[in-house]
Amino acid sequence: MKKGKLCVKIGLIILMGVFLVTVSSCSEKKPRLDPMEQYPSETETVIVVEEVDVVQPLTEEELEAQRIQEQEAIRIKEEARMKFVNEDVYFNFDDATLTSDARMIIKQKVVWLRDNPGASVLVEGHCDERGTEEYNIALGQRRAQGIKTFMVNAGISASRLSTVSYGEERPVDFANNESAWAKNRRAHFKIQN
Amino acid sequence: MLQFMKMKILNIFLPAGSVLLISLFLIPQPCSAEYDYIKISDPFLNKIPVAVTIFKSLSEESAGKEISLNASDLVYKALAFTGYFKMIDREAFLEDLQVKGITGPKINFDNWTDIGAELLITGGVTIKDGHLQIDFRLFDTFKSELLFGKRYKGRLDDQRKIVHRFCSEMVYRLTGKRGVFESMIAFVSTTTGNKEIFTCEFDGYDVKQVTRTKSLALFPAWSPDGSSIAYTSYQNDKPEIFIRHLRDGQEKKISFDGINITPVWMHDNKKMGATLSFEGDEEIYLLTETGKIDKRLTKNWGIDVSPTFSPDGKKMAFVSKRFGSPQIFIQHLDTGAVKRLTYEGKYNTQPDWSPAGDRIVYSGMEAGLANIFVINADGKDFKQLTVDSGSNESPSWSPDGSLIVFSSTRTSKSRIYVMTASGTDQRVLLTLSGKQTDPAWSSSFNE
Repeated sequence: MKKGKLCVKIGLIILMGVFLVTVSSCSEKKPRLDPMEQYPSETETVIVVEEVDVVQPLTEEELEAQRIQEQEAIRIKEEARMKFVNEDVYFNFDDATLTSDARMIIKQKVVWLRDNPGASVLVEGHCDERGTEEYNIALGQRRAQGIKTFMVNAGISASRLSTVSYGEERPVDFANNESAWAKNRRAHFKIQN
Repeated sequence: MLQFMKMKILNIFLPAGSVLLISLFLIPQPCSAEYDYIKISDPFLNKIPVAVTIFKSLSEESAGKEISLNASDLVYKALAFTGYFKMIDREAFLEDLQVKGITGPKINFDNWTDIGAELLITGGVTIKDGHLQIDFRLFDTFKSELLFGKRYKGRLDDQRKIVHRFCSEMVYRLTGKRGVFESMIAFVSTTTGNKEIFTCEFDGYDVKQVTRTKSLALFPAWSPDGSSIAYTSYQNDKPEIFIRHLRDGQEKKISFDGINITPVWMHDNKKMGATLSFEGDEEIYLLTETGKIDKRLTKNWGIDVSPTFSPDGKKMAFVSKRFGSPQIFIQHLDTGAVKRLTYEGKYNTQPDWSPAGDRIVYSGMEAGLANIFVINADGKDFKQLTVDSGSNESPSWSPDGSLIVFSSTRTSKSRIYVMTASGTDQRVLLTLSGKQTDPAWSSSFNE
């Protein structure tokens, strides 16, 4: 009887082994099923929908560094914006031709416009007080228009660029000398949005 | 002729009509000067000496005396303004016509020729029922002859109008032109802190602010009928042209992409020239009455600006940079042929075509300072009118072509000045706070 029981036990183990092998081999062959279908309903399963690394929180120093980095990025962006707005392009007397200095500044502005595709810009043409008002409004328009054309040729959409001329009506330096006149013969840039 | 004049003297004592500013002597209007006293083309070399007596009060009203003196002063000032009369100082007068009387027989003409007067003006002032009536007489002292007499009647506060109507008549008879007494001047002033358009009468009297853009208003231009002023304004942050009807303040806007500046009417009172840049280049266009583009006049890459039309409407003078520096050119409107007008100097702008059509006045700049020049429309007889007196800009002819209004910085701040067409008698027109620029003289409203 003992022998017989043992035999039965062995037989069961073998059967279970065969079964397991069969099951496992079957599962390898079949395409992967939905986890819910793969297990009997009463089986408790964990479905991973999110996996988060559990790490140490940032130190104060690290936070500060990150903040500084973010601020620096904002500062650089703002600086570029300020440079764009504050740096005027200058002209010779009674002349709307872009000098090599002027072209260099405008190229930098083109770079900014590429980096800030959402920005639209008003190019203002100005003149010094010498010369007559009517003619100077035409001259200022020519200065602004020349810059717009340059920027459009450099790939900036014309729809982002508008022009206006104030002639000699809005000087930055009211003095009556060559250094003031040189500062007033300018194109100024305004970001409109 | 003398007989006819005597008839008119009698007429002056007939009762006045009730119509304001009527003239009793309906003489057919001469089409040229009735008397050969003044050559309007260059009348400033030999000024005619004229004596304006203190007018005589003919009514009992106590206000009469003051008004008589006032009216006499106004005549004196108006005639002095023209630049072609030599006004004789009252201090020199040898007889008092307030006492002796103002009609021919009462006057001892030797007393007037002795002090150098060639013309003599007397006046009689009557105040009745709140109305003012002035009888004017103009005498030739050497011929002891009445040249003409006129009676005007109006409201008490029409005194200036009455005086100027007489002066207009007098100058018309002497020169064949109405003169400037019934014209106005528009200009730009910063009195309010912004550049706005103002107007005043020919002599700087009665300054009125026309625009309230609180921005920039520039380049006023009168419609030939005097009803409207066109100007350039930045009230929408770009230069646009506005046409303002003076009486009701209604405005029309002309605005294309780019600049819209320097509007100017043609003499037909309808079409207008202006500089627009919507095609990417500053060009001069002819606009219809409603502000639509009639046609493009200039076709040249480079600045073309500041049109002014010849009185016959056949030609246009304008400023172009086509040869490198701004110069004045003349274009035939029918053929489109263009001829350069100015060769002196490197910066010639702001042309204004004379009412007679023969000359063009403009400003030429050297070393940052501008001066006023005139040149014949055929390029001959170039003449400089201002010299060593700050920057002189924006010249504009008076309607009779005898005077030029302009702006000058000769006393530091820019002010409006007037001079004769020969450049003599330069004087400030008016004193206002702020700076005054861009003067434009209207037509005479009594042509």
